[in-house]
Amino acid sequence: MSEAVDEAKALEAMGAAQAAQAGPVSALPGARFEGYCTVEEAGLCGMVTLRADLSLAKVARVVKAVTGAEMPARLKITSGARGRIAWMSPDELLLFVEYGEAGAAVARLDKALATSHALAVDVSDARALFRLTGARAREVLMKLTPADIRRMQPGDFRRTRLAQVPAALYMPDEKGFEIIAFRSVAGYVFDLLRNAARPGGEVGFPAVE
Amino acid sequence: MSMRLKTGGRLLDRTQRLGFTFNGRRMQGYRGDTLASALLGAGQVLVGRSFKYHRPRGLVGSGVEEPNGLVGLGEGARFTPNRRATTTELFDGLVARSQNHWPSLERDLGVVNDALARFFPAGFYYKTFMAPRMGWEKLFEPVVRRAAGLGKVPGARDPDRYEHFHVHVDVLVIGGGVAGLAAARSAAATGAEVLVLEQTPHWGGRAPVDGGKIDGLDPETWVTNAVEELEKAENVTLHRRMAGVGVYDHGYVLGLERLGDHRPESEGPRQRLWRIRARQVVVATGALERPLAFAGNDLPGVMLASAMRDYVVNWAVSPGERVVVVTNNDDAYRTALALRRAGIDVPAVVDARAVVSSPLAEEARAAGIRVEVGRAIARVHGRGRVSGVDICAMAGTGAAVEEVACDAVAMSGGWSPVVHLWSHCGGKLVWDEQAALFRPDPKRPPTGADGAAFVRMGGAASGALGLAEALADAHAVGRAAGRAAGGRAHRRAAPKAAAEREQPIEPVWVMPAAAGPAVRAKMWLDFQNDVKVSDVELAAREGYESVEHTKRYTTLGMATDQGKLSNINGLAVLSEALDQPIPATGTTTFRPPYTPVTFGAIAGEAAGDLFQPLRRTPIQDWHEQNGADFEPVGQWRRPYCYRRLGESRAQAVAREVTNTRERVGLLDASTLGKLLVKGPDAGRFLDMLYTDAISTLPVGRCRYGLMCNENGFLMDDGVVARLSEDSFLCHTTTGGAEHVHAHMEEWLQTEWWDWKAYVANLTEQFAQVAVVGPRARAVLERLGGDIDLSKEALPFMHWRAGRLGGFDVRIFRISFSGELSYEVAVRASQGRALWEALLGAGADEGIMAYGTEALHVMRAEKGFIMIGDETDGTVTPQDLGLGWAISKKKADYLGKRAQARKALCDPERWRLVGLETLDGSVLPEGAYVVGAGGNEYGQRYTYGRVTSTYHSPTLGRGIAMALVARGPERMGEIVDVATLDEKREVIKACIVSPVFYDPEGEKQNV
Repeated sequence: MSEAVDEAKALEAMGAAQAAQAGPVSALPGARFEGYCTVEEAGLCGMVTLRADLSLAKVARVVKAVTGAEMPARLKITSGARGRIAWMSPDELLLFVEYGEAGAAVARLDKALATSHALAVDVSDARALFRLTGARAREVLMKLTPADIRRMQPGDFRRTRLAQVPAALYMPDEKGFEIIAFRSVAGYVFDLLRNAARPGGEVGFPAVE
Repeated sequence: MSMRLKTGGRLLDRTQRLGFTFNGRRMQGYRGDTLASALLGAGQVLVGRSFKYHRPRGLVGSGVEEPNGLVGLGEGARFTPNRRATTTELFDGLVARSQNHWPSLERDLGVVNDALARFFPAGFYYKTFMAPRMGWEKLFEPVVRRAAGLGKVPGARDPDRYEHFHVHVDVLVIGGGVAGLAAARSAAATGAEVLVLEQTPHWGGRAPVDGGKIDGLDPETWVTNAVEELEKAENVTLHRRMAGVGVYDHGYVLGLERLGDHRPESEGPRQRLWRIRARQVVVATGALERPLAFAGNDLPGVMLASAMRDYVVNWAVSPGERVVVVTNNDDAYRTALALRRAGIDVPAVVDARAVVSSPLAEEARAAGIRVEVGRAIARVHGRGRVSGVDICAMAGTGAAVEEVACDAVAMSGGWSPVVHLWSHCGGKLVWDEQAALFRPDPKRPPTGADGAAFVRMGGAASGALGLAEALADAHAVGRAAGRAAGGRAHRRAAPKAAAEREQPIEPVWVMPAAAGPAVRAKMWLDFQNDVKVSDVELAAREGYESVEHTKRYTTLGMATDQGKLSNINGLAVLSEALDQPIPATGTTTFRPPYTPVTFGAIAGEAAGDLFQPLRRTPIQDWHEQNGADFEPVGQWRRPYCYRRLGESRAQAVAREVTNTRERVGLLDASTLGKLLVKGPDAGRFLDMLYTDAISTLPVGRCRYGLMCNENGFLMDDGVVARLSEDSFLCHTTTGGAEHVHAHMEEWLQTEWWDWKAYVANLTEQFAQVAVVGPRARAVLERLGGDIDLSKEALPFMHWRAGRLGGFDVRIFRISFSGELSYEVAVRASQGRALWEALLGAGADEGIMAYGTEALHVMRAEKGFIMIGDETDGTVTPQDLGLGWAISKKKADYLGKRAQARKALCDPERWRLVGLETLDGSVLPEGAYVVGAGGNEYGQRYTYGRVTSTYHSPTLGRGIAMALVARGPERMGEIVDVATLDEKREVIKACIVSPVFYDPEGEKQNV
């Protein structure tokens, strides 16, 4: 009962805060859960979808210019001084930059690839980003995705699903994962991760080192 | 009387007594007991009633094969029906109830079915269908349904939590008996990663009970050592209480882990469904003993010989004080010896074989046990439980030569390898004549994508019943699996056991061999479903030759145990009845799951709030905080209307419509699909996807587009905006966004792979707000910005990008209501802020949010179609009078050819019109337009149907859209619309134009 009241109050406060705030608002600002792993919404992140012929040298040049990162290999993500590049499919990349930089990144890509067939578009607001950290973070994801999470290492990138919705994931470092989902299902994804990370659900399945 | 022995019980911890109740009676057991062993230990032999005849039932087995010991476990929300007592670990406070009895287990009224058994033969249920319909409806079905049936449905929502777990391994070993452990050791030695599953809480399987020596050690010690070694190995993971329940294509295996069943209300999940992708699967699931078919073999006290041995050795429980053993093979002598060692009287071993001289039989004889060879059991005496047996010659008709008093019978009809998991994914079997069993045929294994075997059977499961051969076999199979999964060769030696000299089994399917019909009607094959030898023979006489048909006709093997004990005996009896060899009959299909899986485990986390993903727009919080009544649209929940205090839904909708028509309304249109299509061939591509010409659309303009599938039927609609020379933004319906995106990708990837067009789904990148009504422009102008919103600068069906207030927006001047209307798109992160800003700017103009129902009413007033209302997958644009949106100039588009087919050009097709009731009432949804007469079933002829129907607050009357045969040619005609009342009343309605409001379109064009 009290939990429901608290939640309603929190919602109200959040609504008021949003209304007062003219700036951009992520899907679940401040959402966080500490179970046997920690789940948190990671705020807004600049994301740009690029579809193009990835074998073109100018594509590699411009994505590096935007992010500082090298062209990733299949199923990989690379990082640079200004962002990351994830391999999405044989003709698609996802560029990660500062939230405010996505528009400029699109403009730069458009300009560099003006004479080629390419599509660059800002998708930052279509996404929600979550961080999952803890020694058993792999285990939490293994409850939700059929991808081979045990063998995932920093530098790997997977487009997969979490239970019933699409998601993409990678490991920024050894501490855990970042998970990208569609914004409309941010609540579902957060609840999924929270449920999977609830104490008592530890599996004790060894990771592959 | 069953009882607990004073000493022994290798799995018991006698220092921990556990209390439980059975049918409300308090009983005690020990830590390590199963519910079955605890019941027997407490002297409870009667555990349930059979399905059809309500015959008294006692435990037959000691594990997953048990057909009788099914109980309802737990109470209230945690109640679970059909739990197998033999696989339920005892815990303190366990509450169990027997099933299928009324009013009590001891005095069951349903047993009258037993007295009438000759009226309930095989196929009884089917035969009732031949009786007059009255008899079936009023008598057979109600009686059969009440009399039969196992288990009750739980009455409350399951409070437990469940989850899935995905793992990828090189080698999965299913079964933690000595064969499974040997296979795991051998596979691990190749360097492959190995996961081992054991369905019980204990490693070692039957070997510690059955005895022998492995590498010079007793099996229990060897098992302890092997487990310790495997636990230390870095590439091996061991899991107990996890059953491998199904093997599927591509090495996909389901494992059901029981975490909380034996400790309810513990913190974690109750069960975890492991979804395992294995390169190689080793199945070491052992073998199950078969019952023997003799008269009265279903009486409580008759038990599998191996199960009796388990109860004595594992749990120090004796099923009786005087036990007769009956067998056709050597193994049952182990039971006789185990019973004798435990101090239990064994008056005789009745062996069907004419000559018995094997070492095990000699050992029994040496122990002073009387061995009767060439003998059979003619019948079992007893009411409710065993009191004695008649012994007869195996070869004869069953004339008793001797009566032996006893209170339990241990039977062994030989062993069947557990080939289920091998068979799930297509592995074939061969009949081994010598051993009288179906064994997996290694030449015809389940194969993976590469055509090579991905399942291997090891140990008794592959037909290697002896300890020595089982170990050698499992070791070799483990190594082969490890190698096939990418491991390296190893020279590690297989565990060794001394080869035993056993005398071959003599197959016995009916005992005695020449038993007469009356006796065969007392020989049970399927204990749970009450299928007897006579039933299978009757099925054969009635022409059922296929084993699959016989199974369904007799219900043999269709109970919750899925025929683990009855399958082979049943098909052998059928083979004899058909006078054909057993392989000619074959087995029924083995389907997953091998053991029952709860619905909870299958659902995993998908329960309660996580049952389905619910999609939320950036403005969803506002809707929730402002009284929205929601309706599902795809996976979204859209506001249907916003009710104010004291308002009904209808009143709220009417208010929202009127306010929008007269002043200004606000709609959250964020859910509409937004697909960006870009590239030099984008126009050409969209010309193929839409019926109208898209490539001719100038930049800055919008066009309403229709999308058909290749069969010519309307699939989706929406406004296309040309963003630039080579890019278009295609709006789709809310429910169609993902589907249309996939449709586009499919055509681009499979058919027009060389066309240069890319698609990106931007549905969620933008929040979209429709500002609708005569004051819409005034509201937007109040926000300010750099976009000229005048009629001249931003006419109908144009769009502009720029600043609106503090927001970067695209404004589309499009209308689904017939009013002056702007759809404002802003990045999702600012959606809520834009919504609030518009509400603020519109406060003085009387702005109100409106929901989907007001949207529907307004579009219907304008005669705009709705995908899913006016269309149902069989409707063309031409049917809907949308010919104007079909380009006549284009050479082709998806659906064009199909629309030229005769059936789609038929003038009799039902086409879109409006309907107005003569009395102004609202027509029922989905109602049919009917004509005179009807068909032979008394159904009226139909000439059309209502597709949308609403009360129009604007017109103050009911309006409807309908598809009617030759509809547009029949303007002004009065038609009958059917109601569902019994008197066949009709509502008179006039065919009119579907555009009820502002047919000239002046309002949207101001």
